[in-house]
Amino acid sequence: MSATVLSLRGATKRFGGLVAVNNIDFDVQERQVMGLIGPNGSGKSTTLNLISGALKPTSGAITLRGSSIAGLRADTITRKGIARTFQLVRLLPSMSVEDNIIAGAVFGHRRRWGQRAHDDAQQLIEKVGLGGKAHLAVGQLTYIDTKRVELARALASDPKVLLLDEWLAGLNPTELQVGIALIQSLRDEGRTIILVEHVMDAIRSLCDTCVVMSSGTKIAEGTPSAVLSDPEVIRAYLGDDDA
Amino acid sequence: MRGTEIQSLAIAAILLVIAFCLPYYGSDYLLSLGITIAMFTVLATSWALFSGPTHYISLATAAFFGLGTYTTGLGFETLPFWALILLAGVLGAVLAALVGLATLRLSGVYFVIFTLGLAELIRQVITWGQNMTGQKGLYVLTDFTEPNLYQMLVVLGAVVFLTGWLIGRSRLGFALRIIGDDEVVAAHSGINTAQAKVLLFMVSGAVAAMTGAILAPRYVYIEPSLAFTPLLSFQVVIMALLGGVHRLWGPIVGVIPFTLIWESISANFPNQVTLFLGIVFLVIVYFIPRGFAGLIEKWRDWAKSKEAF
Repeated sequence: MSATVLSLRGATKRFGGLVAVNNIDFDVQERQVMGLIGPNGSGKSTTLNLISGALKPTSGAITLRGSSIAGLRADTITRKGIARTFQLVRLLPSMSVEDNIIAGAVFGHRRRWGQRAHDDAQQLIEKVGLGGKAHLAVGQLTYIDTKRVELARALASDPKVLLLDEWLAGLNPTELQVGIALIQSLRDEGRTIILVEHVMDAIRSLCDTCVVMSSGTKIAEGTPSAVLSDPEVIRAYLGDDDA
Repeated sequence: MRGTEIQSLAIAAILLVIAFCLPYYGSDYLLSLGITIAMFTVLATSWALFSGPTHYISLATAAFFGLGTYTTGLGFETLPFWALILLAGVLGAVLAALVGLATLRLSGVYFVIFTLGLAELIRQVITWGQNMTGQKGLYVLTDFTEPNLYQMLVVLGAVVFLTGWLIGRSRLGFALRIIGDDEVVAAHSGINTAQAKVLLFMVSGAVAAMTGAILAPRYVYIEPSLAFTPLLSFQVVIMALLGGVHRLWGPIVGVIPFTLIWESISANFPNQVTLFLGIVFLVIVYFIPRGFAGLIEKWRDWAKSKEAF
């Protein structure tokens, strides 16, 4: 039995009258890759934002290795060991690829500076497949390369939990294969990952377990094949007729 | 340290010595121009230390500057001058911390308006205080000569450049560049954005207050409308932007031409100075958004690419 790294209990987020995330519970085990899936607007990204500290939960508990992180500032949560990528890629436009990655290494969970940060960034650049592009401006990159930079920045802090918000979205079929292989390699090195994703191939091949959300509520949890054949899940995605 | 860095440090040191020795070879007119240039160099450079990377436009320079002049004005009979300069620096930093904590969560235009209002608020409070005590202004009578004050400003300027250079190489400087690019990314990289901004704002506020403290004896007589003039805040912003705020040496290439033209306009057409200020601002916005420093870099790149062919 592996240890629970992250756990949500009754996590809720209200925007005025709208309950975007309603009473969500789940646990993520060490070295587990968990998929957070569901139709558009079901509250997946909001849940991720509650974990990363981009939004504060209205109520409920979120704990990282037993210590509460609910409602802390994003920078505090990052230093405690949660790193993320964004649904719409966010890079630092005035900086080179390398500096973008170092940005993740200096202030995060594991902190390095100077030569050490530089060396580690070089390794990450190779690992995510940006070899030879360290000194390019981020404006010169292709779409998948911008995603690689963001992933490397998140990895640079050596997080306990990595949150990927639709990291594979918008890639063409070839790039998608490359992207899945890249996340597979992170999984193989034993990272704990939560990914919000729409790409079913990726969910089937990458996730150990899935949580399915619909209208802010958790409607299913289990292995990908089990939840994807769950009538409730099919109804949420496709409507009553197909269930 | 790389070779180019040593080279630029050496150039900076030589320029500094030349500037410092101005009283020994320059005329009185040149010296008085030198004081103005030194004052605005210090103010604009320290302003750009904060506003350059963060893009927060502060109009509080006059508040800090006035605080400094009043520190000297009220304390010159009881404390040694060097202690007053340090005290002004501490007071400036404290004021900046208070303002920062209250406002740096605000962004963009709200911050601008608040900083402008702050200078006016302090000015009105001091005016009110003087009315209550029946005083009009303060006489600051010291033995300091213009060369003394000038050289103090040059030394302060050197300290500012050194501080800016060190910050630029530090984690704090890197954090501020990240904040300037994307504050959300900064927070999610583990940077306490509010703390980083407040720290830099304190440096900037302390320097402006110290400048005010040094210059108080030059005015001999100080009153709120002089010490807290909002015009000062606008001049500093425009000079810094004219020079370019993305380089440490940017503001100074704005300060020198601006001051020279300003002096000649106020000597010949004293009523047209604000018109000049407005025109310069339009020129910056429409033609040189990255200032003279941006232009110089562009020409340098262009010259390099010509060489390559």
